[in-house]
Amino acid sequence: MELAGFLLLVAGWAIVLAAVAVLKTVPLETVFILAGVATEVVGLVLVIRTHLAVRSARG
Amino acid sequence: MNAMALCFLFSLLVPLAGAGLALINAGLGRSRSAAHAMLASLAIVGVAALAYFACGFAWQGSTELPAHAVTVAGKTWNWLAAVPFFLRGIALDGSPLSIAVWLGMLGAGLAALIPLGSGADRWRLGASCASAALLAGFTYPLFTHWVWGGGWLAQLGPHNGLGRGFLDAGGSSSIQAVGGLTALSIAWILGPRRGKYAPDGTPSAIPGHNAVLVLFGCLAALMGWLGLNCAGSILYYGLEPGRTVLVAVNTLLGAAAAALASAAFTRTRFGKPDASLVANGWVGGLAAGSAGCAFMQPMAAVVTGAAAGILVVFSVEWIELRLAVDDPGGAIAVHAMGGIWGVLAAGLFTGRSGQFVAQLAGVATLLGFVLPLTYGLNRALDRFYRQRVAAEGERRGMDLFELGAGAYPEFMTHTEDFSQR
Repeated sequence: MELAGFLLLVAGWAIVLAAVAVLKTVPLETVFILAGVATEVVGLVLVIRTHLAVRSARG
Repeated sequence: MNAMALCFLFSLLVPLAGAGLALINAGLGRSRSAAHAMLASLAIVGVAALAYFACGFAWQGSTELPAHAVTVAGKTWNWLAAVPFFLRGIALDGSPLSIAVWLGMLGAGLAALIPLGSGADRWRLGASCASAALLAGFTYPLFTHWVWGGGWLAQLGPHNGLGRGFLDAGGSSSIQAVGGLTALSIAWILGPRRGKYAPDGTPSAIPGHNAVLVLFGCLAALMGWLGLNCAGSILYYGLEPGRTVLVAVNTLLGAAAAALASAAFTRTRFGKPDASLVANGWVGGLAAGSAGCAFMQPMAAVVTGAAAGILVVFSVEWIELRLAVDDPGGAIAVHAMGGIWGVLAAGLFTGRSGQFVAQLAGVATLLGFVLPLTYGLNRALDRFYRQRVAAEGERRGMDLFELGAGAYPEFMTHTEDFSQR
């Protein structure tokens, strides 16, 4: 779960990198950068939930 | 006065920001770990300077130095500096390049001090030094090259028409957010202090031991931030020396608005203003104001600071209660949340088309590159060299366990010594 969260964080960043490198128009770049950030948020939530679960398990 | 001479003079104030952070971290920790916190601060600054000298600047570079680049869809992107290790071939003669070396070294030390706040009372001295070396030698210079070394984030303006490219005059991202995200990693890896959370997850308050140190640290931090923001604005964005007055005014207004907002907010919520949260708000305002200090109007600096003050108070509570992360110094809320808000505020208030999108790309890089990298490096370090002190060390205090003597030898009594174990 933790690894999946971090992979999503990196994947979100990869979307942002691809958007600024390949896309030509600012509106399209904006949409893809927002999509990348949204992916990162999902990854961050996953990492946070993993750490919370580990803490609960340890008591 | 010559712009570079003025920039160098401003940069001489920056160590006061480190002194301020060290005092804040020591004051917000327990009395039995105070000497350890201050010694760790000194050691971390030293290790960070050496690591930056050895390889940090080689990765960071500068706009006028050679760099590795890759061409994609007809655009050439600069992604890593190609400078010799140990500053070989760099003349330290007062040129902009030599001041970039000096300011980068100070920034590395400042960023490395930030995680000490989240690891207080349980982070081994040797481990904190090793972690500082990783931060100053790898994480900080890699990201900083993209912001201040002519890297791809700075190129978003000329290549993609996104404002002036990613803007950060004083280090909201490269110093504060990088340090704050490392603080989050350290807090996750170390786990909470013994006794911080009950078995059902309810947190208990462990108040800082010296509010005077904390509040004096805030004043010292202001001096350091004034130097950092003014020097960064001149060096990285070519600000005219006369315009540094705007930077200084914005820096103070941001901190003042943040402190007053957090005082009013805690007064409303808890009945009285909370000294440690107001101190956190003050530093959060400084962290947030750094990015746009040279490009905003004073009213925008006030709004940025006030929002940072409230955000920091909310974040401290959210991180402790909802995320179950024990951050005694509030480093995650102040530097990560404050820094990221400052980056976005610079995009909102500079009034250039596409600037906010460039800032958003920078935030995405912080979350998607810096956080995984710093967490991975510190997790790997923890496998080879355990970062958390033994339980006995935490019980006796870091001062006695790791240093053999306390900060306050006249006052050695702790209630826990008399409690049943």
